[in-house]
Amino acid sequence: MEMINVTINGTQVSAPAGSTILEAARLANIEIPTLCYLKEINEIGACRICVVEVKGAKSLVTSCVYPISEGMEIWTNTPKVLASRKKTLQLILSDHDRKCLSCVRSGNCELQKLCHDYKVDDETLYDGARNTYALDESAAHMVRDNNKCILCRRCTAVCEKVQGIGVIGANERGFSTYIGSAFAMGLGETSCVSCGQCIAVCPTGAIYEKDYTSQIFDALADPEKYVIVQTAPAVRAALGEAFGLPIGTDVEGKLAAALRRLGFDKVFDTNFSADLTIMEEANEFVERVQNGGVLPMITSCSPGWVKYCEHYFPDMTENLSSCKSPQQMFGAIAKSYYAEKMGIDKEKLVVVSVMPCTAKKFEVGRPDEDANGVPDVDIAITTRELSRMIERAGIQFTQLPDEEFDAPLGLGTGAAVIFGATGGVMEAALRTAVETLTGEELASLDFTDVRGMEGIKEASYEVAGLNVKVAVASGLGNARELLTKVKNGEAQYHFIEIMGCPGGCINGGGQPQQPGSVRNFTDIRGKRAAVLYNIDKNNPIRKSHENPAIKELYETYLGKPGSHRAHELLHTTYVKRQIHEI
Amino acid sequence: MERKQTAAFQGTDQQEKELLAAIEELKIEKGCLMPIMQRAQDIYGYLPMEVQKIIADRLGIPMEKVYGVATFYSQFNLYPKGKYQISVCLGTACYVKGSGDIYNKLMEKLGIKGGECTADGKFSLDACRCVGACGLAPVMMINDEVYGRLTVDELDGILEKYQ
Repeated sequence: MEMINVTINGTQVSAPAGSTILEAARLANIEIPTLCYLKEINEIGACRICVVEVKGAKSLVTSCVYPISEGMEIWTNTPKVLASRKKTLQLILSDHDRKCLSCVRSGNCELQKLCHDYKVDDETLYDGARNTYALDESAAHMVRDNNKCILCRRCTAVCEKVQGIGVIGANERGFSTYIGSAFAMGLGETSCVSCGQCIAVCPTGAIYEKDYTSQIFDALADPEKYVIVQTAPAVRAALGEAFGLPIGTDVEGKLAAALRRLGFDKVFDTNFSADLTIMEEANEFVERVQNGGVLPMITSCSPGWVKYCEHYFPDMTENLSSCKSPQQMFGAIAKSYYAEKMGIDKEKLVVVSVMPCTAKKFEVGRPDEDANGVPDVDIAITTRELSRMIERAGIQFTQLPDEEFDAPLGLGTGAAVIFGATGGVMEAALRTAVETLTGEELASLDFTDVRGMEGIKEASYEVAGLNVKVAVASGLGNARELLTKVKNGEAQYHFIEIMGCPGGCINGGGQPQQPGSVRNFTDIRGKRAAVLYNIDKNNPIRKSHENPAIKELYETYLGKPGSHRAHELLHTTYVKRQIHEI
Repeated sequence: MERKQTAAFQGTDQQEKELLAAIEELKIEKGCLMPIMQRAQDIYGYLPMEVQKIIADRLGIPMEKVYGVATFYSQFNLYPKGKYQISVCLGTACYVKGSGDIYNKLMEKLGIKGGECTADGKFSLDACRCVGACGLAPVMMINDEVYGRLTVDELDGILEKYQ
């Protein structure tokens, strides 16, 4: 690799050709602040926080997009640079709703931190004309508060370039510029799929999930209610970040302990219903293959992906597995099997789910997700909302002991926990489908071809004389690429796993936010995914069909996978939508 | 961000055919969006949602992308002009002579804001900058007709002529 030598703040630095000043500085452990910059997603050099001095340059240059050249002399913290950054911040604040005390991002707002770091001591210095905007609360999962938007365009870039959706963009011009949808439509009127990736990248409190933490505290305090909670696989791989633990810390035990101390009557695990999903989905797949059903079959665990399919590939909704997602299967079983078994009135049973996902808030309100005449799941909150509940309740998260989930709906296998990473559902399904079809025990349970953070993965396996071709995509831009090939006949598969968020649920829109300074230089997805594969490796049971609680559920209640009762409780239907419904 | 009042879309099949032909002709070029939008505006006179949807769907891009461009450049109109286009001069001379009051009164009487069109498609209202008749300030124009030395009290009588 060709290396280029530069000096930064008087220190010699050697960096690969093509590096930006920002990247070269990082190699020398010099941090340059950024706001609008998101590596490979939003490289527009617009916010001008990352400016530095370069010898010979006429003015300050934006280090996030400025390539280094041999012999370049760079200074990142001269008085001129610091004054420029401070002025930029003061100008941003001049049209910013500075209600920091009540802001959901107070404490982890990137703008707030920069104002602190650059000693912005008078936030009113440039007070003058101010834009005021009504909140957009039309979507099921989130609120947009443009009064706190700094027009960095990280949200619009991730929506358009990563997810291939682009329902938000910059409208109008100059001082009137705002981020919104076409013709002032509320987000809920557009083909937004609720993935929440925009929330995950927002540096301020301009976009946030609809918060249901108060409703949960109320339910927990209500003696009439029996409140149970399920928590998705990916939550345990990221919740620790909200309490200062390193990215990639496994907090499964502390998570169970925290939920118990919050006062939930039972602390269960979506891993249980992930195993159940595998039983139903593997059965559906085998049936489709044997009976000439619609192929490829595509997974339906990710509600962001499901809504995307309905809007953008409405002619492929028959390819979606009819299985409900693990979240919804859990609720349907809790309010039937579990309620009956325990003698609890389903009307008094409150099912809460903790998800790495904002689309789950949309999913709980979908049609055909109320198998027992009541909603399968009552309240879905994000990993972030749970972290706020833990803080509010005064629970010292990092000091908690490791505890276990409750039986029976808290029992899950290694196959279930990897649902949280791209390729995990496929691997879990293969473990069960292959053993079902061959009737033999697998020598190795590791389907490594479908692991990893690549956007699109392919593999084929010989199973009982059939060459099963599978594909895995995460991120909706990748999903579109893959499905377009399938539609055009350029690629054929039997089974496809699609997750709405890049990397899968571990990188879901409801996970703790990491600032640009971390996102741009850390493999967050890989570290979180490693947590799940490690839990799988150490689990004595690694196949869904060997989960004893699942076996008992089928033996005593459901009968066989795909039975009439299983269909009533665990399967759903889809809606054909358009991209622009006007 | 609020929605504006406008007259109902009345595009014809012929207009749509012309637009589709223009898209087919131009879409092979990189950077074709603005030329297509200009042609669309030539055909329809403005760029309502129905037209932007056709452009977005045919190019396989989000409608927001079209809308973002349409609202960035002042050459594009999102709303139709009325049968009678009222322009009130808010240039310096007219403004100091009270054209702001005229403009506000018209908004009140027509029930629309600047840039909008009444639901019956009769009147649209815009502010403009100097029509070159400062000696007659304050001035407004309705289509090609100039009204000078205006007072608020005269507006009813003038609008009546266009009923």
